[in-house]
Amino acid sequence: MSADGSGRRPTRRRPRLLPYLLIAPTALALLLVLGYPLVDMVVLAFQDMTREQLFSGAAPPWAGLEQFRRVLGDGFFWTVVARTVVFTAVCVALTVLCGLFTARLMHRASPWVRATIAGMLVTVWAMPVMVAASVFRWLFDADYGVVNWLLSRLPGVDLARHNWFTDPWQGFAVIVAVVVWGSLPFAAITLRAALAQVPPELEESAVLDGARPFQVLRHVVLPTIRPVLVMVTTLSAIWDFGVFNQIWLMRGGQPEREYYLLGVYSFIESFAVNRYSAGAAIALVTVVLLLAGSVVHLRQMFRTGEVE
Amino acid sequence: MRRRRSLGHDLLGLLVAAVIGFPVYWMVLTAFRPATEILRVPPEFWPGRPTFDNFARALRTETFWANVRSSTLIGLGTVVLSLAVGALAAFALARFRFVGRKAFVVVVLIVQTVPLTALIIPLYLLLNDVGMTDSLLGVVLTYLVFTLPFTVWMLRGFIAGVPIELEEAAMIDGCSRFGAFRRVVLPLLAPGIVATSVFALVQAWNEYVLVYVLLSSPQKQTVSIWLVSFQTSFGTDYGGLMAGATLTALPVVVFFLAVHRKIASGLTAGAVKG
Repeated sequence: MSADGSGRRPTRRRPRLLPYLLIAPTALALLLVLGYPLVDMVVLAFQDMTREQLFSGAAPPWAGLEQFRRVLGDGFFWTVVARTVVFTAVCVALTVLCGLFTARLMHRASPWVRATIAGMLVTVWAMPVMVAASVFRWLFDADYGVVNWLLSRLPGVDLARHNWFTDPWQGFAVIVAVVVWGSLPFAAITLRAALAQVPPELEESAVLDGARPFQVLRHVVLPTIRPVLVMVTTLSAIWDFGVFNQIWLMRGGQPEREYYLLGVYSFIESFAVNRYSAGAAIALVTVVLLLAGSVVHLRQMFRTGEVE
Repeated sequence: MRRRRSLGHDLLGLLVAAVIGFPVYWMVLTAFRPATEILRVPPEFWPGRPTFDNFARALRTETFWANVRSSTLIGLGTVVLSLAVGALAAFALARFRFVGRKAFVVVVLIVQTVPLTALIIPLYLLLNDVGMTDSLLGVVLTYLVFTLPFTVWMLRGFIAGVPIELEEAAMIDGCSRFGAFRRVVLPLLAPGIVATSVFALVQAWNEYVLVYVLLSSPQKQTVSIWLVSFQTSFGTDYGGLMAGATLTALPVVVFFLAVHRKIASGLTAGAVKG
């Protein structure tokens, strides 16, 4: 889409050096704040760093594979991994489904209804995570939360003074709600833009040929918006896998073990227990697991030609 | 294309909008409510007598203005630095083909997928080594981790959207390459730059974990930490908390509403074309 072959350009003088000079500051900055810490994290995972070395500045002793042996050999770690994967899957599925539903609805509704939904979505998109978590904590408050009161209106339900966080399953339901609420706007707005690209003639002719609504969605709409759908799914997965803030805040900065996801686990091992190396080992495993997701993301980016 | 629109879709749409917007409505409503009305069962869904008591209480907390100042400084610092550095790389990616370009793009894309929580430990140790914990500059530098990649990526998209012929015409008319960039590309790029800046500003304003770990003196901490401390120090003062939440969200929402179209198109540029 942009330049093709710099030899054709008016300036022929320093075309070979200039781009490198331009990317140098970014490359340097990324190397410093990202490259070095990433390498350091890997190194740290093979050492045994505690509070002692942090304050004395002494080099931490090598531990070889000890951290990994301990972390990977701990049944609790695998519980957390499984929990994180399930949590991510649920959040992503709900985000994409709700996003698709909202986008379809915006596509069909009158302009003023569409504008109303869009306004709400953008407002929610802008909400800081910490604000969202605070608000949901209030909505789901045991004594005066509006959700308990509303649900108690349903016949046969009595949730007066019900504490959602006593049972981790219910607690996670609330956390999933915050996460999905927060990521819905990006999904819905992006998918809505994609839906606008679906040629209406295609849908109409499918309907004329006798396709039912679900078949239109499955065979006409979804294939057209597939690239965007894949992008939204992978990006949501990457974000949800690293969820930390919502859990941290909703559990008042002291999450119980039942509420650990990989991000929380790694953080607590490092900064609450001061076993920095164990935390680094957990973080390393997290990054490796995430790389799988990134591969899908990158392949999609390359396939759509965006990178070229 | 005029597709058939039924009343059903509109009603369903309004219901969805109401559900999505309800938490925000409830936040603002609670923020303006006197304490006696907040803790009432059954809850009242319409505004009664609004009061500014909760806001007054939130604003009176000791460190509020210091924290706003600190958040603003960090936000502006992050934006200026990532724009200054990122715009150059974005220009290179949009306008040149060079060996290693693809590799650079891959790095920029991969970097965006590394979760921040994984980097906290080494970033903390790095700043600890150079004595920059509890320093706003240190925070700004670490924020480059997540603002720089998307600044490069979004600006690249916006620059690619400016036809190269304009630049070439300016150069034929005697501009240097830099002059052509400054006089032709930059003005056309202004909306994209504003959108990118706002997005970076919002990210910096909202970030919590890194500042929580890095900044220890209460005066230097940011509003997101202030908001969290609200919940512990005030117990369940939901009126004050919702007032604080409203104050924290307000600047972000205003900025965001102004530029969201550009952000949406910048984040998804290209993917839709597929």
